[in-house]
Amino acid sequence: MSRNLILGAALSSLVVLAALVSFIWTPYDHAALDIPSKLATPDNTHWFGTDHFGRDMFSMIMVGARTSIAVALVAVGIGIALGVPLGLTAAARKGSWLDEVIMRGNDLVFAFPSLVIAILITAVFGAGAINAIIAIGIFNIPVFARISRGAALSLWEREFILAARVAGKGTARISIEHILPNVANLLIVQGTIQFSLGILAEAGLSYVGLGAQPPTPSWGRMLADAQTMVGIAPHLALIPGLAIIVTVLGLNLLGDGLRDWLDPRIRVARA
Amino acid sequence: MGMQSVRSFTSALALGAILIGSQAFAKSDITIAMQLEPPHLDPTSAAAQAIDSVVYTNVFEGLTRFMGDGSVVPGLAESWEISDDGKVYTFKLRDGVTFHDGTAMDAEDVKFSLDRATAEDSTNAQKALFAGIESVEVVDPLNLKVTLKEPNGNFLFNLAWGDAVIVAPESIENIKTNPVGTGAFTFDNWVQGDSITLKRNPNYWGEEPALESATFKFISDPTAAFAAMMAEDIDAFDNFPAPENLPQFEADPRFQVLVGSTEGETILSTNNKQPPFDDIRVRQALAHAIDRQAIIDGAMFGYGTPIGTHFAPHNPAYVDLTGVSAYDPEKSRALLAEAGFEGGFETTLHLPPPSYARRGGEIIAAQLADVGIKAEIINVEWAQWLESVFKGKDFGLTIVSHTEPMDIGIYARPDYYFQYDSTDFQALMDTLNSTTDPDERTKLMGEAQRLISNDYVNGFLFQLAKLGVAKAGIQGLWENAPTAAIDLTAISWSE
Repeated sequence: MSRNLILGAALSSLVVLAALVSFIWTPYDHAALDIPSKLATPDNTHWFGTDHFGRDMFSMIMVGARTSIAVALVAVGIGIALGVPLGLTAAARKGSWLDEVIMRGNDLVFAFPSLVIAILITAVFGAGAINAIIAIGIFNIPVFARISRGAALSLWEREFILAARVAGKGTARISIEHILPNVANLLIVQGTIQFSLGILAEAGLSYVGLGAQPPTPSWGRMLADAQTMVGIAPHLALIPGLAIIVTVLGLNLLGDGLRDWLDPRIRVARA
Repeated sequence: MGMQSVRSFTSALALGAILIGSQAFAKSDITIAMQLEPPHLDPTSAAAQAIDSVVYTNVFEGLTRFMGDGSVVPGLAESWEISDDGKVYTFKLRDGVTFHDGTAMDAEDVKFSLDRATAEDSTNAQKALFAGIESVEVVDPLNLKVTLKEPNGNFLFNLAWGDAVIVAPESIENIKTNPVGTGAFTFDNWVQGDSITLKRNPNYWGEEPALESATFKFISDPTAAFAAMMAEDIDAFDNFPAPENLPQFEADPRFQVLVGSTEGETILSTNNKQPPFDDIRVRQALAHAIDRQAIIDGAMFGYGTPIGTHFAPHNPAYVDLTGVSAYDPEKSRALLAEAGFEGGFETTLHLPPPSYARRGGEIIAAQLADVGIKAEIINVEWAQWLESVFKGKDFGLTIVSHTEPMDIGIYARPDYYFQYDSTDFQALMDTLNSTTDPDERTKLMGEAQRLISNDYVNGFLFQLAKLGVAKAGIQGLWENAPTAAIDLTAISWSE
C-alpha cells in the first residue's frame, strides 16, 4: 500500500469518525448560543474557540462534517445509481440510437458549469440541503455514465464476454454479472474523487447561502459568517477552511492511492 | 508684442499654477458609500430609503426640512402662519428660488406637488402624510394657503419628509432618471450598479455648500465595504453594514466613527392574522421568549437600544416599556401551555439580507426553540421579502427595521403586512392626529405605545443604531438619522 493511500485513508476516516461521533457526543450543544463568551480563541474549554454567537466551534465542525458528508454521499449515490446503468446500457447498445441519446444527454449536462447550475437550481427551488443534494447529484450522473461506458466498451470485446454470450446470456444479464464487477474498481476510485468534489460543492453552495440552512451547521456557511470577522477573530475562518482542506485532501489522496492499489497493471509492475 | 507680452504670459501662467495649487489643497469632492442602490430618484413615488439618502435636501427640498438633530426648520417656506382653529396654514415662500432647469419655484409648483401627492391616483408611498389636506390655494406667487380637514399637530413635521418635497410640473415626466429640484446640488450622472454623482448648484438660493461635487457609491457586501473603507477608496460610509468592524476603525487614526441613532425600530414582525399568532397569549409567549440584550450583543455587537414598543427612545414622548415583555422563558412556556401549545408549534421566520435580520434571526430562532417554538429560517432577498411578506402577507414571523420617523401610525392600518386590527388603537390615532396641544399629544402617544405593547403586536427588539464611518478630516456628517438622508450641504473637509 502506498503512502498516499494510508495518509488519505487516515485523514478521511478522521473526518468520517468526527461525523459519526457527533451523533452520540459533541463537547457542547452545537446550536446552543452563549453570546457573552463569543469570539473566544481556542483554549482548554473550547478547543476550536467559539463563533460570533458563542457557539462551540469544535461541536459545529463535527456536526458540519455530518452535513458535508451526508450531502456529498447522497449526491455521489445519485450519480452512481443513475449514471452507471445509463453508461452500461449505452455500452451494451453501442452505436444504436439509445447510445446516442444517452451520451448526447450526458454531453448536454456536462456542457454547463456545474456549480453555476447548482446555484440556479437551488435559487429556483429554494435553498436547502435537499436541493443542494439534487443539484450536485445531477452533475455526478454524466461522470459515472461516461466512465462506466468507456470501461464497459473494452470489456465487451473480451473473450469471457464472448463466452458468456455463447452460453446464451442476455445483454442485461452480462452487463450486471460480468461487466459491472469489472468496472467496480474504477467506480470506487471515481466515487472517492466525486465525493471530495461534492464536499467542495456543498461548501460553495452554503457559502453563498444556498446550502443547508441555519441552525444546521455547515462549513461553507461558517466561512461566509466569518468573512467580516477575519480581522478580529481569524480562527473563525481558519478552522472551517482547514476542515475543508483536510477532507478534500484526504479524499483525493485516498482516491489516488486506491487507483494505484486497485489497478492490476500497476500492481503487477510493482510486484 | 515683444518682451512685455511674454512676461505677462509667464506671470499669468504662474498665477494659474498658484490657483490650481490652492484648489488641490482644499478638497472639495467626496465619495460616500451606501449599501443599497436606489431603484430610481423620485422620492415622491417610492418608499425606498436609498432615494432619500441621495436626493433629500441635496437635490429636492420641501417647505420644511429636518436637521441632523431631528428638529424641523423652514425650508422653501420662509415662514408660516397658522389660523386659530389650527386648520389653515398660510406659507410665505422664499423669493428668488429656481429649479435646476432655470424655471422659478413659486406657489403654483407647491400646489402642484401637494395636489399630486393627495390625488386619487397618487403613487406617493406615504399618502397618510397628506390625507388631512382639504385644499391648497395659491394666493400669489409667493403665498400659499393650505386648508386641513382637521387640525393636525404633525403637519409641519409631515411636510419635512422626503415624500413631501417640491417638484415642478415642467420636469416631472423624467424625474425618476433626471431629478430636477431646487437644492444645493444638481443631478450629474448615474452609473447603474455603481454610483450617482451630484454637482454643486451655482444658482442655489441659500448658503453655498463647501463641496463642489459628491459621489454616492453602492457597496452592498459588508466585506467589500470594509475593504473599500480601509483602502480609502471611499471617504465615508453612511451606515456601515458590519458592526463588528467598528473597533478597527476606531483604533485607526485615519478614520472617525459616528455612532448615533436612527428612526429604525427593529421588530420581530408577527402575522397577527395567521394562527396561532391571532391568540394574544401566543404573541405574549413570543415576547417573553426573546432576550433583547443577547440579540443586540450577538447581532449588532452591542450597538442598539432595547425597545418595548414601536417608538424611538430618543423621542421625548418615548415610554420605556421593555419590562412588559421582559425575558422570561418560564412564563413563555406557561403561556404556550395555556394557549394549547404545550409542545410548541412550527412557524416560519423570513429574514431579509441586513445583518440585524440574518444574525438576529439565528439568535431568535434559538431562543424560540428554547421554549418549544420551531421557527424555520427562510433567508430572502429584499425583492422577495417585499413580494411575499410585505405584499403577500405570506409569513409567520419576520425581522425588519421600520426606519420611517414617527411611524406608530402603521398600527392603525389593519391591511398593513402584520395585520394588527384594533379599533381602540385606530380611534386613538384619530384623536392624536386631531390634537395640536403638545402635552396632550405626548400623553396620547404614551397611550398608543402602551396599547401595542400590552397587545404584544410584534416582538419589539431594539432601536437600530446609525454606524457612520468617515475619514478623520470630514466635518458636518449627520451623527443621527432622523430621516434617511445624507445631507451634503453641511459637509466640508478640514484643512
